Amino acid sequence: MRAWRDAEPRPQYDVVIVGGGGHGLATAYYLAKEHGISNIAVLEKSYIGSGNVGRNTTIIRSNYLHPANARFYERSLKLWEGLEQDLNYNVMVSQRGVLNLFHSDGQRDAFARRGNAMRLNDIDAGLLDEAEVRRLLPYLDFDNARFPIRGGLLQPRGGTVRHDAVAWGYARGADRRGVDIIQNCEVTGIHIERGRVTGVETNRGVIRAAKVALCCAGNSSRVATMAGLRLPIESHVMQAFVTESVKPLVDMVVTFGAGHFYISQSNRGGLVFGGDIDGYNSYAQRGNLPTVEAVMESAMALMPGLGRLRVLRQWGGLMDMSMDGSPIIGLTPVEGIYLNAGWCYGGFKATPASGWCFAWTIARNQPHELNAPFRLDRFASGHVIDEKGAGAQPNLH
Amino acid sequence: MRIHCPYCGERGVEEYSYRGDATVRRPDANGPDALERFVEYLHLRDNPAGSHQEFWQHLHGCRAWLVVQRDVRTHAIESVVAASRRVAR
Ligand SMILES: Cc1cc2nc3c(=O)[nH]c(=O)nc-3n(C[C@H](O)[C@H](O)[C@H](O)COP(=O)(O)OP(=O)(O)OC[C@H]3O[C@@H](n4cnc5c(N)ncnc54)[C@H](O)[C@@H]3O)c2cc1C
Ligand SMILES: [Zn+2]
Repeated sequence: MRAWRDAEPRPQYDVVIVGGGGHGLATAYYLAKEHGISNIAVLEKSYIGSGNVGRNTTIIRSNYLHPANARFYERSLKLWEGLEQDLNYNVMVSQRGVLNLFHSDGQRDAFARRGNAMRLNDIDAGLLDEAEVRRLLPYLDFDNARFPIRGGLLQPRGGTVRHDAVAWGYARGADRRGVDIIQNCEVTGIHIERGRVTGVETNRGVIRAAKVALCCAGNSSRVATMAGLRLPIESHVMQAFVTESVKPLVDMVVTFGAGHFYISQSNRGGLVFGGDIDGYNSYAQRGNLPTVEAVMESAMALMPGLGRLRVLRQWGGLMDMSMDGSPIIGLTPVEGIYLNAGWCYGGFKATPASGWCFAWTIARNQPHELNAPFRLDRFASGHVIDEKGAGAQPNLH
Repeated sequence: MRIHCPYCGERGVEEYSYRGDATVRRPDANGPDALERFVEYLHLRDNPAGSHQEFWQHLHGCRAWLVVQRDVRTHAIESVVAASRRVAR
């Protein structure tokens, strides 16, 4: 039995959602479930799961410092905790813990500060010393000459979720509530009359709608251009890797604090890991070898035993890197066009809260208090949300 | 990806540091619309899916700033000139 109908596009909908990734599908689901709006089409240029929702490394967490981020990502984590019951679908939410390692006194102080901020925001956090980390992960290179491991900041409720099951679960849930999910349907133009959106042009004809919601992740700028909008976003590429399967070894998510590297183990046994974005504009969905080398070097510095494993696959996905490293969820200068973009490399964990807040924003034509700080006009007003303090340089976030 | 530095020849991308869109220009701070122009200059980008003009610095080589024209769909380099030699617009 199909999990969702293969819908044919109809000439008109109340809401058209452009992009059938996690965020687009979650938005459709919550519009139907929470706001009673189900005359919706989700238009996906390829197949469901072909974008970043099926390319990410599946990590969920809410270990943020900035209050706007902490509140938003914690809401997302709470939604993850109830998602399987809500969708009646197994998305394999696994709260195995996320451990950020630190390697110096200065880094420990910074992590203690972050942990305290998390606790003040009612988010679980604990600071582990070296002995505690040794008990959990005895095979790390604790006495590494350059980057000895001194401890870590643990968020026990963080973990992983089976990414493509999230897309399928939301697609199935939305479809059951009447949403049309239309694959192989690329939006090629946006119709605007007197400052108001009236519909979209696609390779399968014109579709009229008074509300058009953009959830195009790495392609946000391209689609926004069709509505005459220029965004505070650059598209970059990020790579990830998976090894052959081994017996249970890494039973949590671990991040290296002295280089760009993080790792977890999939339910199939493969070690899934990655590093930083390649660092230059790209729409290629593939990266370059120097980044591969840098990731492997970091892997060896942290977990030397990894050198015995074979890497099975490597891939890349498009990141919509925003100018302050935080997402945009809200209204635009064009009436009826709503924007959900700028997720950088961390939008998978946001999927439930992003869809929930975006649905609210579309239904009521105003942001919910959780996503109000993530407005598009914050760049003009100076209210940027720069978690890293890196400034308007997308490849540094 | 390999970039041909006009001074050092063809070198791997790991020798270079990326400095972003080379088409944006610092606006006149005394202009009447300086505030809006600075918001655009600092934050807004065309981010095209195609040929992109961008700054790279040959950081681990001769340290020259370069203007590179590159197709961001394929990573194919179309042209490289020293930023100091760029024809003023
Ligand atoms: C290697 C990698 C690792 C990552 N790891 C993590 C992680 O561990 N944790 C985390 O939280 N996040 C992670 N991310 C980020 C996360 O995957 C993304 O931020 C998130 O998936 C983006 O939202 P989405 O699911 O809606 O995107 P997508 O699945 O990319 O959905 C956007 C969709 O829009 C469609 N589209 C674009 N243009 C058009 C058009 N003109 N017409 C119709 N459809 C269109 C695309 O085909 C695409 O399917 C990672 C990303 C990558 C690439
Ligand atoms: Zn040089």
